[in-house]
Amino acid sequence: MGVGRGTGMSDEQTPTPDATPAASVPAGAPADADKPAAVKPEAAAAPKPEGAPKPAAKPAAPKPAAPPAPIVPPDPAPPADTPFPLFIQAVQASFEDDVEHVSYFVGDWAIIVKPSRLVEIVTFLRDENGCKFDYLSDLTAADWPARTDRRFDVILCLYSTKLKHRVRVKVRVADGEAVPSVTGVWPAANWLEREVWDMFGVPFSGHPDLRRILMPLDWQGHPQRKDYPLEGPGELLLENPQEWLKARSAVVEAEIK
Amino acid sequence: MQTPDARPMFDTDELVINMGPQHPSTHGVLRLVLKLDGEKVRDCDAVIGYLHRGVEKLCESRDYTQVVLITDRMDYVAAATNNLGYVETVEKLMSLEVPRRALYIRTILSELQRVASHLLWLGTHAADIGALTVLLFGLRERELILDLFEEYCGARLTYNTMRIGGQPWDVQPGWDKKVLQFCDIQEQKLPEYEQLLTSNRIWMERTNDVGVISAADAIAIGLCGPPLRASGVARDVRKDEPYAAYAEMDFDVPIGVKGDTYDRYLVRLEEFRQSLRIIRQAVQGLPEGPIMGKVPRLIKPPAGETYHAIEAPKGEIGYFIASDGKSASPYRLRVRPPSFCNLQALRQLVRGHLIADVVALIGTIDIVLGEVDR
Repeated sequence: MGVGRGTGMSDEQTPTPDATPAASVPAGAPADADKPAAVKPEAAAAPKPEGAPKPAAKPAAPKPAAPPAPIVPPDPAPPADTPFPLFIQAVQASFEDDVEHVSYFVGDWAIIVKPSRLVEIVTFLRDENGCKFDYLSDLTAADWPARTDRRFDVILCLYSTKLKHRVRVKVRVADGEAVPSVTGVWPAANWLEREVWDMFGVPFSGHPDLRRILMPLDWQGHPQRKDYPLEGPGELLLENPQEWLKARSAVVEAEIK
Repeated sequence: MQTPDARPMFDTDELVINMGPQHPSTHGVLRLVLKLDGEKVRDCDAVIGYLHRGVEKLCESRDYTQVVLITDRMDYVAAATNNLGYVETVEKLMSLEVPRRALYIRTILSELQRVASHLLWLGTHAADIGALTVLLFGLRERELILDLFEEYCGARLTYNTMRIGGQPWDVQPGWDKKVLQFCDIQEQKLPEYEQLLTSNRIWMERTNDVGVISAADAIAIGLCGPPLRASGVARDVRKDEPYAAYAEMDFDVPIGVKGDTYDRYLVRLEEFRQSLRIIRQAVQGLPEGPIMGKVPRLIKPPAGETYHAIEAPKGEIGYFIASDGKSASPYRLRVRPPSFCNLQALRQLVRGHLIADVVALIGTIDIVLGEVDR
């Protein structure tokens, strides 16, 4: 790292380390020109043997199956000596049965609530004195397929411009289960919820305009899911485009049916 | 919006037109579908995603150190603040201590970055409206900042200039003097921009009362950064939730009154001065000491989630990272892009304005499509 800094200093200094074998400055240019030429056959030869075993190795190594250890989101409970902030106490008092869990980690408070009461709870958080979470910083989701019953976390990061504190509100939903939209509470949620729908396929009930936002409208699948393939068609498309097209349309037809 | 005295033979129909994605004033590949009534915009739908590279997905298969490099590619005219937001989030997740000298260097870099980003904004915004000279002036000073960055880290656009736990490089001897010299030059040049724009009749006609948004509306729609402050909300992450060395800096947060395009211009112009103030304080108070804290060789944060935000030139850039505690790459990394959230307000801003104002309004919210689409 320390060496790298020197290269950016000035244009005059940069060639000197490379051109040390060359005696003079004009000789530096052909020397440099030779170097890539000498490197090229190596570089060209290197990928070929690598490229050849790859297709053979690809089907043999099922990467997604490699980490079988169940990974679930850690929501550590706050230590016993940490008092709950007032806004969490207020929510707990008003929505006793709907708060599933309160977690605390590196200074961040998070409330996990039942999806059915999400809108009431965030409206309470926005309007109640002592809460005043009037600013929706972020709305996003995370996919935890190991938690089979309720796979997705939908996370709202709230901020109060008046009281300058933060809280996260989380709901856990199953695949295909709709989350009540909070666009009525914060119009800012509009695009953020569209992005979650686009990337994770979590539908939002009551959203005025639930379309894909980043991916093309006719895209199949939801890329941020953990089981979405990381690789494209690979060799098949290059070697046999007709076969690839058939395989692809079979998948599309199956989805339409 | 009914047409007054509409004579039957000159009936007006609503017209739907496409603006972009290849339009010079959309600052990249942004497509706006405009519904027009004559020359008035009745509705607008922004179509984005042309530059989507799956940054968030990509980060899930890179380790924590490699992600710094990817964050450069989001808001590519403000790479240093993207780096800062990411490394601070990981540091928060791992509860790492960062040496004070590194914090000061980070502060200098991110304020230089803010000036550079605002210079590019000023130039392109003015050029969109028709004042080409300001673009040349802005790029002239921005070049000096790029030279400073080049001397510090060797790169001029995508810096990759911060590491988890500290800074990769110490400042060169004499670099701090050059930074102070730049501050003096920039201070002298600011009146030049103001002379060209602030009381220019055309500029005022084009920006006054264009795209007015109230404080309550701005908060509800999720505006952040200078557009939010121009509406009169004194919200600045540097002040409200200090990070890096901002707690030790003395600076003011300029706010606007009306929340129109002219106010957003004035707010950013004042931010130049405040940024220079911070840079001077940080350079003069640069403490001695190490630049890298104690960092484990393999960066593997404990299982948990966190959200951390900083003030990028364009607004609040936040990172949400979920770690499973087992792998050396983020389980889930989410970027809260300020440009994305500001662009969402465009629909509200352009309604009822002329097509020519759309160009001014795209400029005033200062978006970078690399960050909107990620």
